[in-house]
Amino acid sequence: MNITVRLFAFFREGRFVEEVRVYPEKTTVTGVINDLGINIDAVGVTMICFRQCALDTELREGDQLGIFPMIGGG
Amino acid sequence: MADKIFRINMTTLSTTVEDIPPAWAGHGGRGLTSTIVAAEVPPTCHPLGPNNKLVIAPGLLSGTPAANSGRLSIGAKSPLTGTIKESNAGGTAAQLLARCGCKAIILEGCPAGDSWYNLAVNPDGVTINIESDLAGKGNFELINTLANRLSSKQGIITIGLAGEMKMTAANISIKDPDGHLRSAGRGGLGAVMGSKRVKFISIDPKDGKVAIADPEKFKAANKIFSKALVDHPVSQGLGQYGTNVLVNIINESGGLPTRNFTAGQFAGHDKISGETMYDKIMERGGKPKHGCHPGCVIQCSQIYNDINKNYKTSGFEYESIWAMGADCGVDNLDHIAEADSLMDDLGLDTIETSVAMGVAMEAGVLAFGDGAGICRILKDEVGKGTGLGRIIGGGAASVGRAFGVTRVPVVKNQAIPAYDPRSIKGMGITYATSTQGADHTMGYSVATNILKVGGSVDPLSKVGQVELSRNLQIATAAIDSTGMCLFIAFAALDDTTCLPALIDMINARFGINLTGDDVVNLGKYILKTEKAFNEAAGFTKADDRLPEFFNYEPLPPHNVVWDFTGEEIDSFWNF
Ligand code: SF4
Repeated sequence: MNITVRLFAFFREGRFVEEVRVYPEKTTVTGVINDLGINIDAVGVTMICFRQCALDTELREGDQLGIFPMIGGG
Repeated sequence: MADKIFRINMTTLSTTVEDIPPAWAGHGGRGLTSTIVAAEVPPTCHPLGPNNKLVIAPGLLSGTPAANSGRLSIGAKSPLTGTIKESNAGGTAAQLLARCGCKAIILEGCPAGDSWYNLAVNPDGVTINIESDLAGKGNFELINTLANRLSSKQGIITIGLAGEMKMTAANISIKDPDGHLRSAGRGGLGAVMGSKRVKFISIDPKDGKVAIADPEKFKAANKIFSKALVDHPVSQGLGQYGTNVLVNIINESGGLPTRNFTAGQFAGHDKISGETMYDKIMERGGKPKHGCHPGCVIQCSQIYNDINKNYKTSGFEYESIWAMGADCGVDNLDHIAEADSLMDDLGLDTIETSVAMGVAMEAGVLAFGDGAGICRILKDEVGKGTGLGRIIGGGAASVGRAFGVTRVPVVKNQAIPAYDPRSIKGMGITYATSTQGADHTMGYSVATNILKVGGSVDPLSKVGQVELSRNLQIATAAIDSTGMCLFIAFAALDDTTCLPALIDMINARFGINLTGDDVVNLGKYILKTEKAFNEAAGFTKADDRLPEFFNYEPLPPHNVVWDFTGEEIDSFWNF
């Protein structure tokens, strides 16, 4: 299935900003994070189609997945 | 030497140094400014008249080596909101005032005649001087001129032309260690200083030092505290990208108010994001990391250069960039930097003024996306005090009234900042219930709604939001009393060593024995004191509401409206 993956802050370094990637059915958010070689402990927030999601959520065809490190401001 | 109150009466042009009344002794920062304003300012007074007072107080830990403890609180009755107000900022003034032995400055009265004055503060007290050179000058020229007149180590608190013209979006600026400015932005306090005809205050501590009752205990606690700040992952991102790291995550969550709050996502988000800003800073020889006062270990500030690698602005914050960017539909970071610099020079709150521009765009005064137009209006209209300039310098509500716009994002007349309350509902509760009008820093529910700091509460659900905002507002009021920058809160929410170390430092500084409960009670006391002032000024719970359009205009992409009842909002005050 096609998943649009969007990376933010230093997760972009050496990777990409946005890419459509192909994953097998039932791939989870964690699966994508591992595939990209991102340290799971550094992940702060993940969103599927603009809603926060748990790391074990299974992705579906056409999903847009945003992966952020722990960040803050204000 | 015990700390003193430095009182300046501008009606009689006289000053006194006073002992601290016992009821004020345990307070600092916001707790002290709000206590003094509540005790001495008649709640129904005109904010720009002789009965309002401007109170300036360092925090409890300002002037000590405590990390991140250089925030200065400035309070008064706000000419923008009509409520009590405390606005705080970095820069060096808080640390230097504390070293003068000054617990608070109380600036009262209004002079007859049309002279401008400056105030010179040192450990012996305050002198009032006529200021003929710098009246009518912008903040940058003032700082440059004073660099020759005063020693570079002195602190400076100043107003620009907006404050002189008593615009209700006028801020008060504070010099940072490099001669750039930080601003006590919100609520029009620059107009209050202007009404007293004080152009600037200089602070020379001479060899004054802050006494610490138990230096060993203090040092040990500061070590734990600093480590908690430095180790927290949020601090690391703040150092690299500044607070502007938020543009993309708030956009992704559908809560980035765009084109005067008509959408929750901005197509140009990445062009104005912290990531892009970082790349531009590196390309142009700026500095991604910079502290607004000595002793800051997080360093969320930065030096942003223009395309020719010349200094353009610093302290380039998310809220400012959002307001001039997404809210005005502008995706050119250099136009935003130019507007930021113009507002710093004029002494204008970047949030209030830019949201006012967004409302003006809706009214057809200029087009959405016209960044150059914003800069032109700032220079030719606001800076010159034309009719249009004064309407925009009066803030978002002023523009809405002048042009008959119904979509006016304000609470108690103060512009709503960078988080849409329909899709980040915890922020809506803070905006509605804050004692000071819409202000994200009063209770930053975004931390838990979006950033997953201090737990996780679904931003699109009403469940848990009132309690979250209540706990955050109580804690924030207490933190605002310490002189600490609010960004310690991320570590405080997640790291169990952080808050106890902070309390240990306060205890070691004063030789007292505060507990965690005392700190919570302090926060509650501050909120209730502020609310009582507002009620006496005529505010009721009907004022604790968001603008009506949030109830009937669904916000894309989630297509949600603001759906809290009045009763639900009012339960905030059940404590
Ligand atoms: S983290 Fe930012 S706002 Fe806080 S003290 Fe440091 S530079 Fe100033």
